Amino acid sequence: MADHEHKPIPPAFPPVTRRGMLFRLGVGLNLVAASVVGIPLIGYISSALIGRKAKQAWIPLGNLDRFPRGQTRLATYRNPFTTPWDGLVADIPCWVRRMTDGAFQVFAINCAHLGCPVRWFPQSGLFMCPCHGGVYYEDGSVASGPPPRGLYEYEYRLRKGHLEVRGGQTPNLSEPV
Amino acid sequence: MGRMRDISRSVGSWFDDRLQVSRLYAATAGHTIPSRSASWWYVLGSATLVCFVLQVVTGICLSLTYVPAPDQAYQSLEYLNYTVSFGWFLRALHDWGSQFMIALITLHMIQVFLFGAYKYPRELTWIVGCVLFFCTLIMAFTGQVLRFDQDAYWALQIVMSIIGRFPLGAELLYLVQGGPILGSETLSRFYSLHVFVVPGLIIALLTVHLRLVLTRGINEYPVPGEGVDPETYEEDYEDLLKKTGIRFFPDGADKDVIFSSLVITGILCCAAIFGPNGPNGPADPTLIHTTPRPDFYFLSMFAAFALMPPYMESFVIVYVLPVAIVLLFLVPFISNKGEKHPSRRPGSVILTVMVMMTLVVLAIQGLSSPWSPHMNAWSAVPVQPEFVKGRTPLELVGASILQEKQCRNCHSLAGAGGKRGPDLADVATRLTYDQLVRQVLQGGGNMPAYGKHLEPPEVSALVAFLRTLYPKHESAARNSAQPPVPR
Repeated sequence: MADHEHKPIPPAFPPVTRRGMLFRLGVGLNLVAASVVGIPLIGYISSALIGRKAKQAWIPLGNLDRFPRGQTRLATYRNPFTTPWDGLVADIPCWVRRMTDGAFQVFAINCAHLGCPVRWFPQSGLFMCPCHGGVYYEDGSVASGPPPRGLYEYEYRLRKGHLEVRGGQTPNLSEPV
Repeated sequence: MGRMRDISRSVGSWFDDRLQVSRLYAATAGHTIPSRSASWWYVLGSATLVCFVLQVVTGICLSLTYVPAPDQAYQSLEYLNYTVSFGWFLRALHDWGSQFMIALITLHMIQVFLFGAYKYPRELTWIVGCVLFFCTLIMAFTGQVLRFDQDAYWALQIVMSIIGRFPLGAELLYLVQGGPILGSETLSRFYSLHVFVVPGLIIALLTVHLRLVLTRGINEYPVPGEGVDPETYEEDYEDLLKKTGIRFFPDGADKDVIFSSLVITGILCCAAIFGPNGPNGPADPTLIHTTPRPDFYFLSMFAAFALMPPYMESFVIVYVLPVAIVLLFLVPFISNKGEKHPSRRPGSVILTVMVMMTLVVLAIQGLSSPWSPHMNAWSAVPVQPEFVKGRTPLELVGASILQEKQCRNCHSLAGAGGKRGPDLADVATRLTYDQLVRQVLQGGGNMPAYGKHLEPPEVSALVAFLRTLYPKHESAARNSAQPPVPR
């Protein structure tokens, strides 16, 4: 108890010394500097997000003669958004099904389950996935296995005897083609 | 000689006076540990650290040659394998070092859990250790991505699909992928993670982990009946140190040193005998005839995703996995005191055995992945002679339809072929003629419907063949309301 009485009561507002003032000013200036540095850093890292919606373009898949009626063929396109050092990974395959002269279905190669490449088997009219055994019918709907939806389908149009699809990004469950 | 010794001693003590090395030693490597903690069970942490140092050294060497760009990554690995002196061996060392490190950190974690070492006052040591464990797994995955071969490309594609299932998945995906497709910016991001971000994090966390071992002491070797009481633990531990304390280095480190040298020898031998891992085929998305398989530490997860019912997948990814990870972190707060010895904690032992058994069984399943169609079975695995001997022409046509329509990709015949569907060698004992026709035409029970792709005569031939598939001393299934279908 005696100890307690001898202790000086700390003042509610300690006197501001010149040193303390300068230190606080310095900390404040550094916080300002850090946030100014942070703007370009965050902007740089998230630059992929900015302008994300614009990553769609019409891509030519080739002459209509390449896709016989009643058949499903593999087609490859160069992704329109690439860097010069992308190499082979910007060559994206897709499955083109031609039902009638003007009616097509263009499917993404990626299984709707976890993105593995599906393969077409014309004899049984099925797409099969080698990873977890997802199987789709020729129209892309789920036949069996774990996929939560049918194959992702590209929008397409016919221009001057050429087939064009609208794409540019790998499809996923949050953002189909 | 005596003079020389005096001179070197005074030079040594001059440096020690300026650098204070002996004080540093006393506070770190020379700290006291209970003598019974210098056990063979306590060598796993230091061995993991030795692996990490090896990974840093070999990793720096590999980065001298490796090019983190999709158009040249593969070539630079081939160059390492075949042109640079010892390049193949360094790649092998780095690969085997990672496998050993994952095995050791897992064993270390199991040992710490079973010995109750996470209890008061070492909660933070456990939490930091868990973060280190996940950092190590991230290193393993990002390292596999840098190999940038077919497996790496598709493993990455799978992870991107998983990210796409999260809320805000599309935005998250763009951040991780660095663009609309998996490409150069993705590889650069994973390179940066693998060589700067995560190793930096590991070094920082390791410092905290080791600091905690110094401030709170190494766990004493558990004794049944001697539990942790937070009230008295500090005093008891001090007592133990006073009675049985030895210096960690060199007195208590004998087994650590021996074990670490064995680990390094093991890594060297494996690297020399088995060589580097891949690269297996360039990452070319247009080569779709690929069967992606993850490295062994992710096989269990790969298998779990194939085996769980599809409707719960997204739920498991988004909710169950994060909750499980949080629970792992909270272990020391769930049981903070009491018995440490595994013989007094049967629940923990059972839990460990169950978790490890689940992971191992899933990994073994992942290796053979029976849920995947055997993509080449229809053309590469013929119907065995015993199934076609003495069959009618119609039945033989049926056998060839079974082959031609890729039925064998999912169905095996006496073990040969895909394992996704049931074996057909005795299908006639299970299904009648009508049931077989219905199953073929309409599918169901995870089988596609073949109605659109088979002409009626083909169905008759196929089912006629399937009706012949029953064991010698068993008869085919019959519908009691109808006369038996003649064979």
